[in-house]
Amino acid sequence: MNIAERCTIHEHDVVVIGAGGAGLRAAIEASAAGVSVGVICKSLLGKAHTVMAEGGMAAAMGNVDDRDNWEVHFTDTMRGGQYLNNPIMAERHAREAPARVRELESWGAVFDRTKDGKILQRNFGGHRYPRLAHVGDRTGLELIRTLQDHGIHQGMEVFMEMTVVALLKSGGRIAGAFGYDRERGRLHLWKAKAVILATGGLGKAFRITSNSWEGTGDGQSLAYHAGAELLDMEFVQFHPTGMVWPPSVRGILVTEGVRGEGGVLRNSEGKRFMFDDVPEAYRAQVATDEEEGWRYVCGDKNALRPPELLTRDHVARCINREVKAGRGSPHGGVYLDIGWIKEKIPNASEHIKRKLPSMYHQFKQLAGVDITTERMEVGPTTHYSMGGVAVDGETQESCVPGLFAAGEVGAGLHGANRLGGNSLSDLIVFGKLAGEHAAKFAKSHTPAEVDSAEVEAQARALEAPFERSGSENPFAVHYALQDVMQDLVGIVRTQSEMEQALGKIAELNARHAKVAVSGHREYNPGWHTAVDVHCMLTISEAITRCALERKESRGAQFREDYPQKTAECGTFNLIAKKAADGSMEVRRRAVVPTSAAQKALIEKLK
Amino acid sequence: MSSTPSGSLPNPTRRVEFDVWRGDSAGGEFKTYGVDVAEGMVVLDCIHKIQAEQANDLAVRWNCKAGKCGSCSAEINGQPKLMCMTRMDTLPQGQRVTVEPMRSFPSIRDLVTDVSWNFRVKKKIKPFKPRKPDNADGSWTMYQADVDRVQEFRKCIECFLCQDVCHVLRDHHKHDEFIGPRFLMYTAMLEMNPLDTENRVADLKDHDGIGYCNIGKCCTKVCPEHIGITDNAIIPMKERVVDEFYDPITRLFRMFKPRAS
Repeated sequence: MNIAERCTIHEHDVVVIGAGGAGLRAAIEASAAGVSVGVICKSLLGKAHTVMAEGGMAAAMGNVDDRDNWEVHFTDTMRGGQYLNNPIMAERHAREAPARVRELESWGAVFDRTKDGKILQRNFGGHRYPRLAHVGDRTGLELIRTLQDHGIHQGMEVFMEMTVVALLKSGGRIAGAFGYDRERGRLHLWKAKAVILATGGLGKAFRITSNSWEGTGDGQSLAYHAGAELLDMEFVQFHPTGMVWPPSVRGILVTEGVRGEGGVLRNSEGKRFMFDDVPEAYRAQVATDEEEGWRYVCGDKNALRPPELLTRDHVARCINREVKAGRGSPHGGVYLDIGWIKEKIPNASEHIKRKLPSMYHQFKQLAGVDITTERMEVGPTTHYSMGGVAVDGETQESCVPGLFAAGEVGAGLHGANRLGGNSLSDLIVFGKLAGEHAAKFAKSHTPAEVDSAEVEAQARALEAPFERSGSENPFAVHYALQDVMQDLVGIVRTQSEMEQALGKIAELNARHAKVAVSGHREYNPGWHTAVDVHCMLTISEAITRCALERKESRGAQFREDYPQKTAECGTFNLIAKKAADGSMEVRRRAVVPTSAAQKALIEKLK
Repeated sequence: MSSTPSGSLPNPTRRVEFDVWRGDSAGGEFKTYGVDVAEGMVVLDCIHKIQAEQANDLAVRWNCKAGKCGSCSAEINGQPKLMCMTRMDTLPQGQRVTVEPMRSFPSIRDLVTDVSWNFRVKKKIKPFKPRKPDNADGSWTMYQADVDRVQEFRKCIECFLCQDVCHVLRDHHKHDEFIGPRFLMYTAMLEMNPLDTENRVADLKDHDGIGYCNIGKCCTKVCPEHIGITDNAIIPMKERVVDEFYDPITRLFRMFKPRAS
């Protein structure tokens, strides 16, 4: 086939797929290295899911509490990840985050300030000291807008509203990417020496999620089908506080910042249930009573954190327990109360509106709840994938030469559970690293040849739903998959349910092969969904197979049939990879060893 | 089937007729769809329901569904709004609901418009240029009071509803001479950043068409972030233009002292 007749062809040294925080930061870095960069994004520029991040970005600057430093941040991250993290990445992240945050200020970001004119930092779950640089509760918007407004002047070419459906390889290394534009449905081929995946998460495989439509696991799926390894896929973070009412907003995030500012969780009996169950690893760090918890929120350095600020996996399970025990709120959640702080501070209502403006508007407009006086109803929501493309901790390169990954689509930094605030800092630290090394790769390689037969095969597969006369509705297949993942591979898992899920995923794969779409090719959501569902089926299988293989409860994974953590399971990560026969194989790989110096730090700061 | 991308809904409570504009740049028409509306639903939920059940190919742009990304701008009963933040129970009960695309931008398909002009405009505005860092670690000292105003402007989610409603663009099509309220405010945001050293005042007068704004405040009224676009951004910028270029004393003064850059 003559590719040029069917596709618009673009050529770049480095192609970045995804324009959230990681993608834009990578593109800026690669551009600065002097290579030509193309950025492909499914939405308009500046709309990626990063805008939804609320609480802040973790960086041990010590602006609020000078006892903080990278060592504490490193050990907090490892503890939060239950020691399955890649310690090389965790150390780099903790060391570099402050510089990356300050760099944002030099590009126009305007963070909230301390009284002495520095970047203000707030408390968050699992962080020992106030560490999150933030802008009210719209830090993600600040991050993406800053990178966008800086990035557009760095020479990168941006392809908006385009979807990549396959990575192309040649002689084992990356040769480019193939996809289509959502506006017109035309085919595009991007030839590239290096590709950076920065596509974000996969929450849309679940029914209740904080993710927007874009979080369909594209990058993980693209990488998997291109022969890369997926790591830690069993670890899906269920954020403890999503909205539960009204139904149309179920799952939308309620920032942990609410708890950082003093919000407390209560059950239907009015009890602060989080005090009932404090895990051993955190007992020495948690307040003994409500008064001490409040003093911590107010910045008392001698006080310990309230239990609401324990890690997300734990808080989500406690909420789940309360609801199951019949102590939930009317719509199946628990109560999150920030309005109570009026007992403690004057002008509490104004304070809440200033510190949590988005939350105030979100509840006021969508739920008719005034959070300054009324309690919110909240419950767990699928939020984040700790797992993703396995990368080298020094370069962000996957096992496919020339294929890099950064941000949520990558894996390694967070281990079994991510701390709040470590995501935005992940984006800027590892986005930069990926951009740097992708540019280096591009400079030291000539372009790879694109195989036209492969492009032709991908084009046929992409257009197949238009040719079919079948009756499968792509939306119906998507909803069915969401039910399977939510009900059988959700916050509490068992072997029998997950085996059932695998059977259903196989059935849904068969149904997906019969999906038909009608109408035009311009902005056709049925067609787009058909494409996205393919990715979600792939990653759902990976999540389920890995969750089955990990026969323990650790971090975000809770197995009812294996409720304990085991020492043996702490020695390996799980890898999902496409076998030669096309099936998915899961195998164990020893965790990246912690150096003697790192071990000493972890021991010292226990 | 009663699902949206967010999950199952309870039993429908009332039937609402929607008139949704369907078409492309060549033209189009309103098509009618009936939707069973349950408690708490927003207009975007209804559009998704139509899409999933009656018109799989109905084009609509959306993302966060929480009023944070500014993707789902449209005109609901003739009012520029975010579909995700417009609750059905805030619209007149017992009446039909019309949903059409933003009319200031070219149509692509159905509710999706071509907003690329906005991205081109932004790129032409001189970027942020900070002064040298105040401190050895590359940081600056800034106080909250100095950044409050800038932070107000940085709340903008770029939904472009202000551009949609501005008569200079909507009725007079001055897209080549006028950057619109969004980018006048963007310029104000840069100008008021305490670290910025660039000067964009001449551009406001000569290229950005700030003089076209006659302070109708339509932009401020439709802003979903409640930013004081006119009062806090555009008027102060107009004042700077006047101070710098039209104030007789300043002009006299400038004859003797060239303006420092």
